[in-house]
Amino acid sequence: MTSSLRRDDPPTDVVAPKAAPSTRPRPRIRPVLLTHLAAALLALLGVVALTFLVGPIEQLRIAKVGYLMLAIAGLQLLVGASGQISLGHGAFMFIGAYATALTVLHAPMVPLAAIMVLTVVVGCLAGIVVGAATARLHGPYLAGATLALAVGLPALALYFSDILGGSNGLLFKMRGAPPELAGLVTDNQWKAWVIWFTVLVALVVLATLSRGRLGRRLRAIRDDEAAAAMAGIPVGRTKVTAFVISAGCGSLAGACEAYLLGTATPSSFSLALSLSLLAALVLGGLGSLWGAFWGALALVYLELAGKELADLLGLSSSVADNVPLVFFGTLLIVIVMAWPMGIHGALSRLSGVVRRR
Amino acid sequence: MNQFISLTFEGIANGAIYAALGLSLVIIYQATRVVNFAQPALALMAVYLAYTVTQATGSYWLGFATAMASGTLLGVVTERLLVRPVQDKSPLNAIILTLGLLMVLQGLAGMIWGNLQHSFPPPMSFRDLAAVPISPEEIFALAAVGVVATVLFLLYRFTPLGLRMRAAAFHAESARLSGVRVGLMLTLGWGIASAIGALAGMLAVPPLLSPTVLDAVFVYGIAAAVLGGLDNPFGALAGGLVLGVGLSYVSGYVGSELTTLAALAILIAVLSLRPAGLFSRATVRKV
Repeated sequence: MTSSLRRDDPPTDVVAPKAAPSTRPRPRIRPVLLTHLAAALLALLGVVALTFLVGPIEQLRIAKVGYLMLAIAGLQLLVGASGQISLGHGAFMFIGAYATALTVLHAPMVPLAAIMVLTVVVGCLAGIVVGAATARLHGPYLAGATLALAVGLPALALYFSDILGGSNGLLFKMRGAPPELAGLVTDNQWKAWVIWFTVLVALVVLATLSRGRLGRRLRAIRDDEAAAAMAGIPVGRTKVTAFVISAGCGSLAGACEAYLLGTATPSSFSLALSLSLLAALVLGGLGSLWGAFWGALALVYLELAGKELADLLGLSSSVADNVPLVFFGTLLIVIVMAWPMGIHGALSRLSGVVRRR
Repeated sequence: MNQFISLTFEGIANGAIYAALGLSLVIIYQATRVVNFAQPALALMAVYLAYTVTQATGSYWLGFATAMASGTLLGVVTERLLVRPVQDKSPLNAIILTLGLLMVLQGLAGMIWGNLQHSFPPPMSFRDLAAVPISPEEIFALAAVGVVATVLFLLYRFTPLGLRMRAAAFHAESARLSGVRVGLMLTLGWGIASAIGALAGMLAVPPLLSPTVLDAVFVYGIAAAVLGGLDNPFGALAGGLVLGVGLSYVSGYVGSELTTLAALAILIAVLSLRPAGLFSRATVRKV
């Protein structure tokens, strides 16, 4: 199966040649991990510095870019690397947000780090259930099933309205900056740091996994499922693994959102969210985690630009509210038709041209 | 018992709508191997245009005709302008393209007609005949979908045009060699399918019209198509009816909030036994 949307990975490492175990150097997992950790540390320092330069609303947006990036990166592993399409990732964000809200409301003494770990576990469990149920489905069948998930799951909040708060959702209070730092650091700033820290840790795990054996197997399955199976790759298990990791990322992203906003409402996890995550992924570029970054950036700031443009032109609210939707849709169509590698693809081609000069 | 009977009829009528939407997806999938995620948006546009015409003229049937005509036209334009250029590439491209179109059209509908709900009355005024457990609206839905399915069956099975369309969908190369205008046939397929989608929209929308009103219906429609197997029109009809009746019971006895999740459960239960749908034939995947 060839695809113009995906970046071409070198197909060489699908089946590693069998070297004698004694002479073969240890796999280069450690340097890769170290590089990723160093990059993450740099990114975190950059975010911390950035939050000192901008106002409180901008800090919220920075945090939003962070957790959306995580959700999109999870989707990247699923769609970009393994070729399974999920239209239901908003549902996993829903699970993470509500798990956070319920924990904070019913067990206020649980520390934040434990909540985050818990939401990842819950998200992964949900991913196991959904992934195992949908592992045999292909293309449009999988898309249809996950579409039903995206529309159906938030309705749980309405059905169990006494526990999950109905359409108003759950409102709770999250601690902001620790009291020792009062006066130095604002709550928004602190929350942006915490979210970016969480996101970067998760991204290091994701990046290391997709550079390693799992990523290689996923790309092999994506390119040719039957050939991968014949090469001895456990296709079903690998696909479910990708789904589970991706669900865990979505859930953690939902937890970060709940932590930032202090609310969890069913309407914020609509089908439109799931679709815009996918849109952002395609826009950013399938095949690289950088695509997730560009996608999240675009999701937050293009929406903002659309709103501001509509305000500037004095458009009515019904027009202004729909500007981002139309804009993203148009962008998706244009990208698929004319520019299938997304922002990251365009950038790396550009840098290739520059380097060759 | 009375509730059971009325739920059954309601389920059959709703199922007919899901079946129609599923049918429109299957026709397009058969012809071009694309699942048209923009189908609800095309139908939505058609229904909004019908709403405008009905408001202006006061006639439901004029609006109905508008919906059918604009639905067909939208399908044709979509196929020619958007789908054809990406059709031969990966299925992911087509899925993302139609999702993009879905977002654009839904947004446009919101821009033009506003995000608020408009009242959109059904063709027959609601008269509850105590003795009859089925409403005129439900009879209309069943009859309309029944007629469409029959006409479609006759068209595909017994006319030269239908034969050409099937040939173009089944094996484009050989069809072209035999003198079938394959491109035209595919476009025609999209037109017919979008008209059926518009019909499903007209039946599903009442009583309230808003840009997201067809989202849930579309989920059931795609569930119906997937249940029956995307390759089989009869499968879509059967899938729609099964789903409609099943969901009607869930909605009536458990809670209407859970219908979408119930659809997901039915979908997963069926697909885990038969991953390509109830009525699918075994297919060979090329290595």
